Amino acid sequence: MPADVTKTGAGAAALAGLEARPGVPKPDPILVADGVVRRFGGLTAVEVDHLEVQRGVITALIGPNGAGKTTFFNLLTGFDKPDEGTWAFEGKDLAGVPAYRVARRGMVRTFQLTKALSKMTVLDNMRLGATGQRGESFFRALVPGVWSGQQRGIDERARDLLVRFKLDAKASDFAGSLSGGQRKLLEMARALMVEPTLVMLDEPMAGVNPALTQSLLGHVKDLREQGMTVLFVEHDMDMVRDISDWVVVMAQGRVVAEGPPDVVMADPAVIDAYLGAHHDAPLSAEEEQAQLSAAEAELEGGHA
Amino acid sequence: MDFGVIFDRSVFALFADQSLILALAAIGLNVHFGYTGLLNFGQVGFAAMGAYGIASGVTYLELPFGVSLLLGIALAVLLALLLGVPTLRLRADYLAIVTIASSEVIRLTARSAEFREQTGGSSGLGGFAQGFYDLNPFGPGSYGIGPASYDSNRFFLLVVGWTLVVLCSLLVFLLMRSPWGRVLRGIREDEDAVRSLGKNVVGYKMQSLILGGVFGAFSGFAFALANSSVQPDNYGTQFTFLAFAAMILGGAGRVIGPVVGAILFQTLLVLVENVLIEAKGAGYISDAVLSGNDIGAVRFVLVGVVLMALMIFRPQGLFGDKKELALDAR
Repeated sequence: MPADVTKTGAGAAALAGLEARPGVPKPDPILVADGVVRRFGGLTAVEVDHLEVQRGVITALIGPNGAGKTTFFNLLTGFDKPDEGTWAFEGKDLAGVPAYRVARRGMVRTFQLTKALSKMTVLDNMRLGATGQRGESFFRALVPGVWSGQQRGIDERARDLLVRFKLDAKASDFAGSLSGGQRKLLEMARALMVEPTLVMLDEPMAGVNPALTQSLLGHVKDLREQGMTVLFVEHDMDMVRDISDWVVVMAQGRVVAEGPPDVVMADPAVIDAYLGAHHDAPLSAEEEQAQLSAAEAELEGGHA
Repeated sequence: MDFGVIFDRSVFALFADQSLILALAAIGLNVHFGYTGLLNFGQVGFAAMGAYGIASGVTYLELPFGVSLLLGIALAVLLALLLGVPTLRLRADYLAIVTIASSEVIRLTARSAEFREQTGGSSGLGGFAQGFYDLNPFGPGSYGIGPASYDSNRFFLLVVGWTLVVLCSLLVFLLMRSPWGRVLRGIREDEDAVRSLGKNVVGYKMQSLILGGVFGAFSGFAFALANSSVQPDNYGTQFTFLAFAAMILGGAGRVIGPVVGAILFQTLLVLVENVLIEAKGAGYISDAVLSGNDIGAVRFVLVGVVLMALMIFRPQGLFGDKKELALDAR
């Protein structure tokens, strides 16, 4: 359907002919991970052999609780260190790069538990996101003339983003006074202040009321329209189906499947990962009879 | 009971050297705790660095007075680096443990017989303050207003000291309204969020530790010069906790908070002490209830009760914003 292709952009079109198998190479990967392993004692939380994330599309990372999605996020963004493995962003190695440098390179994340800076105003939260601020160095901070001009530019960009995210009326309120959903919006807007090329959202919909969900979905799609790449962790399958161009499924630390949403969701391996094998196989008449008589025998035994 | 004496002594205490010392230490703690969220329980270690910097600098190394001031500041910066490099990457509580331990290590090292030559051991050092008081432009006599009058040398110290308090507060004011201060406040709220926005969190925490530590060294200068001597046992943990009390009384994270807090706290101590002394002198309190020797300890108990009441009814401190505190409960 040509209309569909224009809606999801050129990046998604490039994914059209790809084989749906774990670790499949992408035509234009922005992020490539190889052999990333993280162990907590005896537990291997993450063991990703190979994963590529296509530029300019929305990729969903799904999987049951404890699959290692957030740990994988932490590893990629420098918030945790893997035991083994290499990964590269825009062709440059990221292994061992501290989290703040990862962000400066244009790979910015949000958190599952929203981290609004409560005792700072919404506007100050936004200002903090801007990189390369002259006034953030100790000595230049003492001379307002050095940084006030740049600050005005930052403020303008911050207010534009706040208008887009419908938070402009709250600009001078403490971030701690926002509702859960507004905090999610603020965190996303703040991440955009860094001017990222890859936005990594950890459960952007968790705890957001349904009325806000649609607007959040719209914002995530906007990111793609503006040429950014989005990688997000989510549990809500409807959302995943709605906005993602490509879905990666993790279970027990490994990538067990990847492909377009429709293909992946029909994949038996994925259903198994979520619900366990044979979860919905119907009972045969014989099995039912056997269970019934077993239960009866137990009852009889109880009376005796 | 002579209320005139109580009043005079309390007014004298308002801007006396104890308030000055406490104010400088509390300004430093405010940078650490109030703005950056660093739990520094060893502010006295920085004060000791300043005090021994000038004392040992003048007497043992025979440096000029001005150079030993620089030595004191350099030692405080060095201490901040030593404490910060291993602990600032860890959770906040590790810094608390390391700082409180290190401040005791410094005190015990300074009073050890091993370093008697450099630090004077348990009896401390004296005879280093002349370089400072030589600069005194005020002639002999008494200066000040009414009961708040001081002799020439003391007055000189207070003028220099309170000017320093104003300058330090101004510096904090300028820094905290700048983008640099914004990063610090962000770190206080959630350092991972700030890290995810591309800020070198460890670097900022280190800068904060150094800045507040240098203010701590200033308070050590004032302490050493006010007594014209350095006694190691004056640099125990109680110094840090009095500074914490002063900062929280005034309001953490406010420029003026630690200064007003220090003045009020110290004046309150003197007021309570003198009320007790006068009441005892007039026979209102019998020896069975309180002996004269216990007044020094009981004043801390009473001021502690006042502080507790303050924390219950005004937990944000005198200058704090109640709205900010309400956010913590969410």
